[in-house]
Amino acid sequence: MADQLICQCRKRLSKGFEVEADLRIPLRQAPVTVLFGPSGSGKTTLLRMLAGLERPDAGSIVFRERPWFDGARKIHLPPRQRRAGFLFQDYALFPHLTVAENVAYAASRETARKLLDTFGLAELAASKPRAISGGQQQRVALARALAAQPALLLLDEPLSALDASTRSRTRYELRRMLLAGGVPSIVVTHDRMEAVALGDWMAVMVDGRIRQTGPVQEVFRRPADPQVAESVGVENVLAAEIAGRESGLLVLQVNGQVGGARIQCVDSGETGPVFACIRAEDVTITRQMDQVSSARNRLAGRVRAVIPEGAVARVELDCGFPLVALVTAQSAAELALREGENVSAVVKATSVHLAAHTWIGGAA
Amino acid sequence: MDWQAIWLSVRLAASTTAILLVLGLPIAYWLAFSPRRWKFLVEALVALPLVLPPTVLGFYLLLAMGPRSPLGALYAKLTGGMLPFSFQGLLLASVLYSFPFTVQPVAAAFAGVDRKLLEASWCLGVSRAATFRRVIVPLSLPGIATGAILSFAHTLGEFGVVLMVGGNIAGVTRTVSISIYDSVQALNYAAASATSLFLLCVSFTVLALTYALQRRIWAVWPIN
Repeated sequence: MADQLICQCRKRLSKGFEVEADLRIPLRQAPVTVLFGPSGSGKTTLLRMLAGLERPDAGSIVFRERPWFDGARKIHLPPRQRRAGFLFQDYALFPHLTVAENVAYAASRETARKLLDTFGLAELAASKPRAISGGQQQRVALARALAAQPALLLLDEPLSALDASTRSRTRYELRRMLLAGGVPSIVVTHDRMEAVALGDWMAVMVDGRIRQTGPVQEVFRRPADPQVAESVGVENVLAAEIAGRESGLLVLQVNGQVGGARIQCVDSGETGPVFACIRAEDVTITRQMDQVSSARNRLAGRVRAVIPEGAVARVELDCGFPLVALVTAQSAAELALREGENVSAVVKATSVHLAAHTWIGGAA
Repeated sequence: MDWQAIWLSVRLAASTTAILLVLGLPIAYWLAFSPRRWKFLVEALVALPLVLPPTVLGFYLLLAMGPRSPLGALYAKLTGGMLPFSFQGLLLASVLYSFPFTVQPVAAAFAGVDRKLLEASWCLGVSRAATFRRVIVPLSLPGIATGAILSFAHTLGEFGVVLMVGGNIAGVTRTVSISIYDSVQALNYAAASATSLFLLCVSFTVLALTYALQRRIWAVWPIN
């Protein structure tokens, strides 16, 4: 239980926005934690509070049983006593120092030289930061932070300064480097692909609050509330009522304009009004209206729009309620989907996730 | 040309600049980074010599340095001498008079350093003092050089304060500008013209140097 980061603190920012973070990270199970949320949700502020760069108004931050901040006891360790390495969005390399001097800034020459080798930076040792690429700058920043032997590594949108093609390559690389560094890390991101690729553990922040924490897959599979579902990218969040139970499955009545539709899902013990969350990737479209399959949910619908998005196409359907499907551009072409056509949407019962619908009065 | 006066002015300007760099850098740091609300009062105080007539500053300094003032009395007790009409008194006056010329460019340079670089340094476990020395100062060198050059040039050319506080004692307080005034009064136009031309050339060179530094025509550190 000692190997934990526990943060319960709040800070009021200007414009009346308040960050109120309640976060507990089991550092051993979670070498890399992703702090995920839309822009402006307070992720960076939380990260800066952890680093000691911002002082919370109240609360406490305890890292491995050592208080970093305690509002009641007036403890506020300065950044250099926390030994929390911080990676800035634009890396903040010292422009007047060479790559080697940057890495050796808070470390011995020997440690720095080893890290330069490990990170494949030996050849750039004498270059100035402005002369190297974004990806290289990121490696220098990471090497510089690791050279200081931090207890915790905080990364603020580490991939956002890179161009799109470098970014997807670097995701895998970054996770490998973080694991090799052996320092527990917290990575801020608003990109769900980044979250999946980088993290073991995930904390979702919406409107200044931590709404859900847990293993990454778990959070994606089972968002705790509609706002979490929306921010982790579950496109279909449908207001529904539980209509009954049938052969071990739950039958939902989805509220819609014309009577809605019934869908089945795995019984997770919910009762009352719920939100059914279905990721667009989990909705398949077929023209065969009567094919029998293991899929329980076959919904008759009409194509409202087909929006190409690069390699995929986003298909908006009207099944009595709006449903979004994400199919590959290729299959969209094969199906020759056109507006107004009747198709079937197939959703596996296991792909429907329920979120208890506790905080909105009526149906959405 | 009055070489004695030129040498005196150069000595005065160099000493003033050296003292200002020692005193000015910490104050500039405080002005650039302090979150205090009443910072503007200090800013106004530092900038005061920019707008105050030199005679006013000189008058108050003369009062403050007099043997009956606490400062003058203390100085007399410690050294046995007197501040008014001495090189030391002139130095004190010059430091105060040129204060904004050092502090303002240096504070502007400090404030211009990307704050993230300071935070990065702190997060790497480096103290504030070491961060100042290893990040802020190296990145502010053009500003610091500008401040030093301006203070030097400003001291070299000062007249009113010197006249009030220092008087006109050859080799002790007769600076270049006083010497020129003297020559003109004595209708010795040849001497006045030679010294003036010298001062004009020095001032132009110094200003050209300052602007060149500010525009980074050459980098202070080499670009790779």
